[in-house]
Order: sequence, then structure tokens, then C-alpha cells
Amino acid sequence: MGTGGELAAVVGVGMTKFSATRGDVSMPGLVREAAQRALDDAGMQWDDIDAVVMGKAPDFFEGVMMPEIFLSEALGCVGKPMLRVHTAGSVGGSTALVAASLVHSGVHKRVLTVAWEKQSESNAMWALSLKQPFQVSINAGAGGYFSPIIRQYMEATQAPELIGCMVAFKDRQHALLNPYAHLHQPDLTFDQVVESPMLWEPIRYSETCPSSDGAAAMVIVNEEEAEKAKNPAWIHAGAMRSEANNFPGRDEVNPLASRECAEDLWKQAGITNPREEIDVVEMYVPFSWYEPMWLESLGFCERGDGWKLVESGVTHIEGGDLPVNCSGGVLSSNPIGASGMIRFAEAALQVRGMAGDHQVEGARKAMGHAYGGGAQYFAMWVVGKDKPTHN
Amino acid sequence: MHESEAKPMRKVAVVAAASRQEEKMLDTEVELMIPLISEVKAETGLDQTEIGFTCSGSSDFLAGQAFSFVMTLDAVGPVPPITESHVEMDGAWALYETWVKFQMGVIDTALVYSYGKPSPGSLQDVLSTQLDPYYVAPLWPDAHAVAGLQTRTLLEQGIITADQLADCAVRAGTIESREEYFSQPMLSDPLRQADCPTYADGGVAMILAAEGKAEELCEKPAWITGIDHRIDAHHFGVRDLTTVPSARLAAEKAGVHDGPIDVAELHAAYTTHDLLLRKEIGLPETPNHSQRSYPIKADTLMASGLLRIAEAARAIWEGDANRALAHATAGPLLQQNLICVLSGESN
Amino acid sequence: MAEINVPSSLDGVEPVQSVRTPIRMEYTFTPGVAAQTYLREFGNKKILGNVSPVDGAILVPPRGADPRHGALCDEFVEMPHTGHVGSYCVTNVPIPGRDLDLPYISAWIFLDGADVGFLNLVAECPPEECRIGMRVEAVWKPDEELGMTAENILYWKPSGGPDIPFEEAGVRGWHARKRGETNA
Repeated sequence: MGTGGELAAVVGVGMTKFSATRGDVSMPGLVREAAQRALDDAGMQWDDIDAVVMGKAPDFFEGVMMPEIFLSEALGCVGKPMLRVHTAGSVGGSTALVAASLVHSGVHKRVLTVAWEKQSESNAMWALSLKQPFQVSINAGAGGYFSPIIRQYMEATQAPELIGCMVAFKDRQHALLNPYAHLHQPDLTFDQVVESPMLWEPIRYSETCPSSDGAAAMVIVNEEEAEKAKNPAWIHAGAMRSEANNFPGRDEVNPLASRECAEDLWKQAGITNPREEIDVVEMYVPFSWYEPMWLESLGFCERGDGWKLVESGVTHIEGGDLPVNCSGGVLSSNPIGASGMIRFAEAALQVRGMAGDHQVEGARKAMGHAYGGGAQYFAMWVVGKDKPTHN
Repeated sequence: MHESEAKPMRKVAVVAAASRQEEKMLDTEVELMIPLISEVKAETGLDQTEIGFTCSGSSDFLAGQAFSFVMTLDAVGPVPPITESHVEMDGAWALYETWVKFQMGVIDTALVYSYGKPSPGSLQDVLSTQLDPYYVAPLWPDAHAVAGLQTRTLLEQGIITADQLADCAVRAGTIESREEYFSQPMLSDPLRQADCPTYADGGVAMILAAEGKAEELCEKPAWITGIDHRIDAHHFGVRDLTTVPSARLAAEKAGVHDGPIDVAELHAAYTTHDLLLRKEIGLPETPNHSQRSYPIKADTLMASGLLRIAEAARAIWEGDANRALAHATAGPLLQQNLICVLSGESN
Repeated sequence: MAEINVPSSLDGVEPVQSVRTPIRMEYTFTPGVAAQTYLREFGNKKILGNVSPVDGAILVPPRGADPRHGALCDEFVEMPHTGHVGSYCVTNVPIPGRDLDLPYISAWIFLDGADVGFLNLVAECPPEECRIGMRVEAVWKPDEELGMTAENILYWKPSGGPDIPFEEAGVRGWHARKRGETNA
């Protein structure tokens, strides 16, 4: 499935500062902070927008059911079509894809998309561990779910034990280059990462994403509008896949849905060698070991070799040929509903040369990636500085 | 049809639908949806690998579980992997997202479904959590109270009368006669029980197909000739509660009055909403054809809107209508509205 | 932060920074058709699995559905109370609403004969001795405390016997036993 139809581009990106508790803004304030920045970047007014697509994760995180409804005025939606997407952790990414589809289809010219979470309002840990009726209450958060999967990767590959710590340390170093990132730990040392207590062994506290409030927004427009804009990031490809999370013979370490989503993506984008052709990756890594795991699954290297890329510094912004998560990634900021869109937006910033201190020099093609559920929902896109030549 | 498009929209039709509603179901959402999804696949002869896109609508708050839709995905059989999305909205909006995907030219068939089980929780209270969390929700006005506010405004401005409410209730079958209506005590003054919805658990699944494929799958495809949705302001004091600008605008953009409407399936959970929507969309107060379904008698949150579209499609398939309108609403006081026009003819 | 114009009559009045609204909602869940059968027998100290009508795969606990095919499962089979650890983690995070000593082992238990696993607690096992492929058996509540509840099995403990090799343990078992072709 290709992008189909019209070309679309990102012409505005806005983000909020991510932190444990944004006590300085209400929910409307939070979303407007990101949306206003995106509009300003795009040189547009609220009235220029034809439709709004909003995404976020479970509403229990804020205690408001379908909050987009009460945010209608705050997002300038009155009289406009408004959609609200919810695809678990991948939602920020799938929201961007739905917004893009409104433009690719020719239905709208200029779409504002916002993804956010203000999980400090309610209790994220509680919401993630809600006792499912008639089942044993054994899961303490997402880490309890992913950690056994990571263990299987470690055992299958016999990767060195500290690969995860290397990823965590790298992402926190990258975060120092991103003023919006939640975790800014300038004094953090690698040893401190290693010595951090185990939360869900083999995952340490230091290898776990924080819980953050925050929002990200983009303005996506059609070709005609993009050509008027000063600096568009062209959408070359977009793909989504889902699969069940518990069935006989499931490859839960390298889910088929992830592999097929990536294959579809590269095909749409005309990319045959992702490692060479992609300049920078913003990948959804909430627990450190998912970086090598996704590198393999997405086709940046052979199965079993992901950890070697990490070990040799390939994914570091300094000196790496495939920098991953220069923004600090999910490991440094995680407003759950927004994280996917932050990845997609960061990819756009990179190819527009607007990533500031965490800019990868000369980046022309970038990938944004998001996943959710029991590693079963995947949303990905490729954006480029140049207009796509194929469609 | 839309302000921005110059190119013609790709023709999409509803080719199969299956639904079920029951006041209190013992089945889980998965057990509810499997037969419905299987039925529409069997009817069209499609298996999941042949379906280009799947989209659903549901609500976590309604289900009382975060990520509730994740478990329901099992009903689709998403192995091997599928292209699938979900909205935390009534399934009518999942249908809209799907219609947009068709317009991209990348799919020819799609599965759309939605479901809701209000029975485990207290829906009226659950709906209170949709309200502004700072000013309104802490007061806990339940859904009937909020609808009551709008009804009182309409009555006091003389835009509707209690007799009209009574007649609407009789037409919908929630009461036998005007006399019986007026002898009912107030439930949420000025609303009586007969004005308010009975909630039901339920689900609906449907198959959509593009021109060229739809004709293979269905004898008489119900073509979507127009579809649009809009949202109004949320805060009660900000807008005129006696109007529904978003319904009016969506109806205009969907081309409701480009032709006669034989059947109108309105997502009106309250008698007030029925009257108000007819006024705003420009439909006769008493429908010419008998309406096929009344959500006031069985309202399934998150599916009632998509169920209207199913009923409108059925009217086309069964020859009861050549042109049918389906409406879906979300949010308090008819805040968000979607209008879909279906026709037995593709133009 | 945006500038807000406040009427002069409110000069000096402390602005409201937050609003705390406790919300309470009660849900009376029904277990669903398959789960009811499962829970009833679980109360009789029996563990049931669903049999997939498509290829006979054994799914535990029964959800009434085979997620690969979106097919209803109405056939049940009794399962042994033994199995192995498909994977696990050692958790140092408390579970809201549950009183567990930290750390504890949460593991994916694959019953002998089952084709999928379920999450549960492993105990009577030092965390460093737990491993993928370790054989386990159920430890039940005393008979008089059994009910139609998922909590009948307190935890799983090592049962001894040779480990299942990694390549055949957990999710890999389906292919190792050449049971089928889902998801190579």
C-alpha cells in the first residue's frame, strides 16, 4: 500500500517541553503550545487549517473520556472535521499517517495534527496495570511485558550484557542536545547506567523510559501548498501493520508485522538498502534493547547483528553512520500518546535541517517509527528533503 | 462536496453489514464480534488477507479497560499482519477514515467495525467524564441532565413543544400515546423516561468496496455519494444550544439535499435530538418512510452511529430506499456530527 | 505562557493552579462464554484449554477465540498442571493492589501440550536460578479456598526434570514441534 494520490509534506513542526509534570499548563494549554508552534513554523493561522487529527493513548491517563471533544475550541476545530486516533503506543505515528492520508486523498489541503499525553493528571502506572477482570494481576507496567521478550533476544544472540546500557547512555547523551527532552542528565556516566537497579531484570531503571507530559504537532499540506512553504519535508512513504499479540508460533522478538511494515515502507519509498539510504532514524525505543531489536527487524542489518551496530557506535550522532534517536528518543521523553509523533516530527526536522544541536549534518532522508500494544502495532514513515520521484 | 477538492471522489459502497444488539450480553467483545465479522466476510467471500484495510471504533472508558480495543483485534484474525487502525470514536468515524483511505487509491476493500458494552458500567456517569474536566465534570451532570439542559432551552424559546417531544416518543415506540407520555414522571426535568435512551450492548461490522469491486461482492451496492463530519464548540455557554451548526454544515457538505431522502437514520438518543436534527438538516418532522431503527430504544455507545449507516445500507439493499441518510453524533449536546448519504445509484 | 487579562477586581487573588477531582466508576464485568467454563472448572482444580477448530492448536487460558483466524473456539480440553517457562523477568516493581515480596519472577508459562503461554508468578525459586525452559508445576490454594477465580493457582514452582532447550521453549515450541506454519 503506497502513499497513493497526492503528494504531501510537513511544513510546520511544534513540540512542547517534555517533563514529568507540566503543572504550568492545563490540557488545552499543553496542546496549544505544540499546535501554535507548528502553525508559527508553517507561517499559518488557525483559520488556514482545514481539518484536525488528534491522537493520544488511553484516556485513563488523564481521567477525561474523549478529551478531544472538550479541546475542540483549543485546537481551533469549531466548524471543522476532527478525528481522534488511538492505536496504543504507536498512536502518535498512526495519527500522523491518518493526517497525511487526508492530504494524499485530496480531501483536504492543510491538516493540523497533534498528539499528546498529560499523564501526570491521572496515574499512568495505575492505568497501565489496570487489573483485567478474571485474570491474575501480575503485570507491573509495560516493562514487565517487554522484558521477557528482551531476555529471549539476549539469549538467542548471546549479545554482550551491556548493549542495553550503551543504548540508554547514548540516548541520554543525545537528549542533552535537545532542549525539549524530559531527561537532562549532564553528569550521567556509563557506570551509573550499569549500576542502576534492575526494575524488570534484565532491564534496569536507567534503561527505562520516563513518564512525561507533552505534545507534538505538525502541519501537513499538499504539493501546491508545500511549494509555497519555505522548507517542506516531503512524505515519501507511510505504512501501518497490526497483528495479534499471543498466538501459536508468534515471533515476538521480531514480529512479522514489524518486518512487513518496514518492507512495505521501503518499497513505497524506493529504498533497497536502508542502511545506506537512510541518514537518520527516530525509532520508538522505550526500553534500551529495542534499539538493536528494531534495527534488525526494520532491515538495517541482518537478524542477530543489531547489537553489533550498537556496540560499534553506528547509532551515535558523533561518528555513527546511522544515528538513531538524536532527539534522545523515548528513553529520554515519553508522553505516551505523543511519542510516536515526536519520532515522526523529529525525522521531519532532520531533513529540514531544523534539528538544532542534534542535527545530523546533511540529512536528506529520515525514518520515523512507532510501535505499540504487545509489540503488535507498527506505524512508520520516510520523509525527505527532496520531492519523491515515484509514487 | 468538499471545499478543497477539484478531482472527483472515488466511488465507495457498503456491500455487507451484520449487527447485534442486546440489553445485556454475557459475551466478551471478542465473542460478540467474531460472528459479525465472520458473517460479512462470508457474505462477500472475502478472507482477511484479501481485505485492504481494517478500521474500528471503540472506547476504553466505556469498556473500563485501557487499550481495550487491543483484545478485540483477535476477532479479526490479524495473522498474517494486516493494515489496521482504530479511532476512539463511534465506528462512523472509523468508516470515514476508511473512506479517506479509499480516496488514496491504495485499497479496494475494507472491514469497518465497532462495538460497545454499556452494561458493565453506568453509562450516564461514564459520559460525564467527557465533559470539561475543570468546570463541568466535577459537578457530575449525567448524560440525561445535559440533554435536559438543551431541551429546556428549546422549550423556553418556543422552538419545540412538549407535544412534539411526546409525538416523537410515540413515533419511536418508547411510549404508546401522548396521554401516557404526559403521565410519566419527569426523569431529568424536562425529560421523561420516554425521552431518554435505553442502553444496549452491541456491535456492527461491515465491508466496504470501491467501484469495480463492489459490484462483484454485492447485488446492489449502497454507494456513498456524500460524507462529511464537523465539530462544534464544547463549552455550554459558548454556543447556541438551540442549533447544531456542525450537523447543518456536514449535511450541506455531504450533499443531503442534492436529491430526495427516502430514509433518514438519525443517531438521536433523545427525542430532543431527533427534533433538533431534523430541523437543522432540513428533514420533515414526521418521516415519509418509516424509519428503520430508533437508537433511543437501543443505544450502543461507540456503535450507534455506525449502526445507522448499516441500517441505511439495508434500506438500499432491501429496496426501501433509493437514497438514504445516516447520521452519527458524539459529545454532549450533539457536539460532533457526521452525515453519510447512501444511494442505490453510483452517481 | 500566554498572557491572561484578569479584571482588576481579582488583583491579588491567588490563581487556581490545579483542580483535584476524584472519579470513581464501578464496572460489573461478565467473564464471557469461554471464560465462564474455564473459571467453573478452575474452581474444581482443573485447567482447561480451548482447541482451535482450524488446526487443533491448544490455547490456554481459553478466550473463546483463535486470534489467528478470528474463529470461535467452543471445544475445551483438560490440561496438565505442569509446563515450562517460555520466558520471564525478575521484577522489582510492586503491582498496584497486590502484596508481593520484591523481587518476584513473572513468567510466561507454557503448559505441556499448550501452544501459547500465559503470564503468572514463579516462586520457590531463587531469581538467579530461573531460566528459559525450566520445568514448573502449579501450586494451588488449599482446596477449601478454591473458587471461580483466576487466583486459585498461587504460583508456579520448579518441578525438576530436564530443561526444555531454548530453541523449543516458549513461542519457539510451535515451530520446533512442527506444529504449523504461523509466522516463520
